[in-house]
Amino acid sequence: MTDGMNLTLNIWRQTGPDDKGSIHSYQVEGISSDMSFLEMLDVLNEQLNARGEEPIAFDSDCREGICGMCSLMINGEAHGPEVTTTCQLHMRSFKDGDTITIEPWRASAFPVIKDLVVDRGALDRIIQSGGYISANTGSAPEANSVPVPRDKAMRAFNVATCIGCGACVAACPNGSASLFVGAKITHLGELPQGQPERYSRVVDMVGQHDHEGFGGCTNIGECAAACPKEIPLDVISQLNKDLRTALKQGH
Amino acid sequence: MADPVTKHPTLIEGARASRTSIALKFLMAVSGLVFVGFVLGHMYGNLKAFAGHDAFNEYAHHLRELGEPMLPHEGFLWIMRVGLLVALVVHVWAAVALWRRAQKARPIKYVVKKHTGAIPASRLMRTGGLTILIFLVWHLINFTIGKVNVQGGETDDPYNLLVDTFDVWWMTLIYLAAMAMLGAHLHHGVWSACQTLGITGTAQSRARAKTLSLALAIVIAGGFSLVPIAVLAGIID
Amino acid sequence: MTDMPDTTLTSDTSHDEPTAGEYDDAAGYYTLGDPIQDAKAPAGPIADRWQTRKFEARLVNPANRRKLSIIIVGTGLAGGAAAATLGEAGYNVKSFCYQDSARRAHSIAAQGGINAAKNYKEDGDSVHRLFYDTVKGGDYRSRESNVYRLAEVSVNIIDQCVAQGVPFAREYGGLLDNRSFGGVQVSRTFYARGQTGQQLLIGAYQAMERQVAAGTVEEFTRHEMLEVIVADGRARGIIARDMVTGEIETHLADVVVLASGGYGNVFYLSTNAMGSNVTAAWRAHRKGAYMANPCYTQIHPTCIPVSGEHQSKLTLMSESLRNDGRIWVPKKKEDCTKDPRDIPEEDRDYYLERIYPSFGNLVPRDIASRQAKNVCDEGRGVGPLVGDFRRGVYLDFADAIKRLGEDAVREKYDNLFDMYERITGENPYQVPMRIYPAVHYVMGGLWVDYDLQSTIPGLFVTGEANFSDHGANRLGASALMQGLADGYFVLPHTIRDYLSEGPFEKIDESHEAVVEARKSVEDRVAKLLSINGTRSVDSYHKELGHIMWEYCGMERTAEGLRKAIDMIRELRADFWTNVKVLGAADTLNQSLEKAGRVADFFELGELMCIDALNRRESCGGHFRAESQTEDGEALRHDDEFAYVAAWEFTEGDEPPVLHKEDLVYTAIEMKQRSYK
Repeated sequence: MTDGMNLTLNIWRQTGPDDKGSIHSYQVEGISSDMSFLEMLDVLNEQLNARGEEPIAFDSDCREGICGMCSLMINGEAHGPEVTTTCQLHMRSFKDGDTITIEPWRASAFPVIKDLVVDRGALDRIIQSGGYISANTGSAPEANSVPVPRDKAMRAFNVATCIGCGACVAACPNGSASLFVGAKITHLGELPQGQPERYSRVVDMVGQHDHEGFGGCTNIGECAAACPKEIPLDVISQLNKDLRTALKQGH
Repeated sequence: MADPVTKHPTLIEGARASRTSIALKFLMAVSGLVFVGFVLGHMYGNLKAFAGHDAFNEYAHHLRELGEPMLPHEGFLWIMRVGLLVALVVHVWAAVALWRRAQKARPIKYVVKKHTGAIPASRLMRTGGLTILIFLVWHLINFTIGKVNVQGGETDDPYNLLVDTFDVWWMTLIYLAAMAMLGAHLHHGVWSACQTLGITGTAQSRARAKTLSLALAIVIAGGFSLVPIAVLAGIID
Repeated sequence: MTDMPDTTLTSDTSHDEPTAGEYDDAAGYYTLGDPIQDAKAPAGPIADRWQTRKFEARLVNPANRRKLSIIIVGTGLAGGAAAATLGEAGYNVKSFCYQDSARRAHSIAAQGGINAAKNYKEDGDSVHRLFYDTVKGGDYRSRESNVYRLAEVSVNIIDQCVAQGVPFAREYGGLLDNRSFGGVQVSRTFYARGQTGQQLLIGAYQAMERQVAAGTVEEFTRHEMLEVIVADGRARGIIARDMVTGEIETHLADVVVLASGGYGNVFYLSTNAMGSNVTAAWRAHRKGAYMANPCYTQIHPTCIPVSGEHQSKLTLMSESLRNDGRIWVPKKKEDCTKDPRDIPEEDRDYYLERIYPSFGNLVPRDIASRQAKNVCDEGRGVGPLVGDFRRGVYLDFADAIKRLGEDAVREKYDNLFDMYERITGENPYQVPMRIYPAVHYVMGGLWVDYDLQSTIPGLFVTGEANFSDHGANRLGASALMQGLADGYFVLPHTIRDYLSEGPFEKIDESHEAVVEARKSVEDRVAKLLSINGTRSVDSYHKELGHIMWEYCGMERTAEGLRKAIDMIRELRADFWTNVKVLGAADTLNQSLEKAGRVADFFELGELMCIDALNRRESCGGHFRAESQTEDGEALRHDDEFAYVAAWEFTEGDEPPVLHKEDLVYTAIEMKQRSYK
């Protein structure tokens, strides 16, 4: 490719969990604006491989914005400057000569495994602690036996779009996962099927959230701005409301 | 090897709603709202300064007699003082606990970090809160406990103490700076309290809470600022 | 209503062309083994078979269940649902996935919906019709008892998912909404906007996480299965690599379930996730599990076209777009570079509407894809030049916007339109979308019997990883149905029958089968790291993908396939002497992971070509240029090829052995598909 962008990349490199890590600087040339951000990193990795330097480890899987595996703090913004996942960020959002700083998600609950790869198992454990409706296979009643008002079903769906990527935690100045927890609380709490466990769920999930070392929410809103699925801040209000009710009910 | 990555913290058992970080936030919110009520009343009292020396002093005196004879002399004042002190302790204690939690949640800082989605006031809560706390100490020394008249004049006449204080340009400046901080604190704090109490569950109610918090911030910070500015400008003397 | 039995063309066996029996295209590339048969489906009326089988399956005492251990590889719909259900039943389950969380399995990317014969719309749907449509859509190359069961349990899936809190689309009255999908003429598809796969997977994932908390399921994320342990004739465990520490681990159990998904990434560019691979299935194949119909590949017609050499994956857009979009290319080659809005109506070729006046833009996926390729091969494709061709056709919403208004179109498709705009930088409300087919799903997979058990006793295979339900072509919204049917409602019953014989004799890490499996994994890792050649893993993968797409893609010829086999063999030999994998074994090493997967893709790719070469007929996703009607439509040869090709692996340079399972239809009559 003759034309295209030339970029300076400042990338966090860390050989393992115990390594201190530091920012390394790389140059890439001839980057097409049609490339995705991760394809740009693929190009860099091919170059590194060719010159005998170990490629940069970063997570990605579906590369269509739905699995939540990709992460990356790009120039100080989780998933970069657009409201989408890193894998759906395209190089047309940058311009020739730009310097791009790429860091892993930073939170004590998300320890770095290598380079830009972090462990987000804490989010799984929050789900384990209550982010479900107990319905053993085979025990379900006929699906249409319980109607769900459409607006409640819509709200449940809108917040169930959370992909568990952790951008909310990465962006939050307090390292809180409240948006993640709130989205699940709201999703299950809006549905009639979610009522029986509603208040024990919120206490258990918030308890696990705190236990994992996430920070408390101060309602700043950077999480919602970073969320690639545009989950609104009102899920945190819902979370608080449900916890308040749980408190009243003696949970 | 104690590998932090492969070591899985187990699930907690017997979680209690009262032990969560959200419970701390409730305390923040409720104690904060107590202060909002207080500063509204306080501001209203301050504005009596525009009604002149006697009206202002009568108001100050009336506060001591409020509730009599149901309450003893200064009873209401003391109830309020104790209430505010408790709120202060709770507010500061919860703030420190949440601040420490936040520090531990992100031990390694970003090299580059933008703050998309945050209003400036929201990022001033901790420094702002500390500033207000320091100001509060000075303010109490100035007008309540110590009764310090920087001009060396009389101290047992509230109106005169007020005028003497704000006649000094740097006192007014300190005061205005503190009110700016208070405004910022309220701008985010009132909204945050609404959110914490879970009354902002829709986009509409969220917008309303944001308007309310901005309005309160302007009214309170502005209302408090009127008197010192008026004194300095010679409107009140 | 060409979907009705009496209006479709019946099988045409009177044609003058030579029948396939006169050819043995793959002679020399394989040897013929004994026929194989599914011995598990009970006889009797098709509607009773599953009930009978469930009743006949032996039981396991609840108290004994915790003594029985199950390994499940993969956490997609099939694996996640199975882990949850078997955990609930009280078995000891170990669940493995290569992703960092079970919630990220690629089932999550399915957009359109899930079929179920609920007949909520009272539009003539029934279990039998879903069965009929699925067998017909699969071009009569699936096993009828399996498909019937799939249709039968489909209704339970919806109940289960709703109970779990899956937020399906609803009507104003609060009841579930349905839509028609993928050319089917009844509305039986349940959906959650364009994210049905995500919502179903999260439902299964949450059910599974609940069992993790309950202690019945143990999760191993960032673990890749690299070998199956077959001891004393039974699958008894796996060797997995902890992708974080690099440690090679042995996990033993009474039974092993592979729910490891499809192998579309053998084409390098596909709509699969970056990590989707064949390794788990291929390792099992090497250990004795037959691989069935590997050449059946579904190429999805509505994907976003390739934009350049850097492309790492393709993105699918739900084919629901075809409900309102009209597909066309310019009639004249010289118009291909023009702004499409400047091309007058009379110069546009709405080729699907022209060739298939009855189904128009809603023809099944295989047909829509092949016609798109045909018009592009004629030089009438649009979009950027990639190689020698413009690979793209227009999907135009101008008429829909005129008819329904932009807001209505936005309400239906906004997330898809947004995604398109994000990837291409073009606004589809103003400029027609460009689409091109891409590899999307594989119908082939490990051979299983009615119980979903492979030819290795104790090795069960579910979801896309097995071959059984979709024949030569899968209908839209059926993949989710199959994954969940297998995981929630089929496997838990059939595996019980097998486990009732357990617990099996304890084996430990000193068992020779374990030692051998471990050593082969360790040797392979060491070998890949020691080659230290000059070419990156990705460059090999790209080249392999190119060969597969060119010769084993939408249209296949005997000559091309033979050429492809030679090219793959050569490339594979080069790979093992010249690949460059940096880094170490005892750390996170993404190049090493990829290298192992690509090494298996070479072997799979070769077998796919051999299978395609053998099947000298056109059916579903497999189109052989030598077998078409005069007007270029696919021509099946039921007399010669109404069988499942189950391939047995052979060591060394021995060619693979073909075992044929004859497909017998008792409940349905075989017909040539026609969508004209």
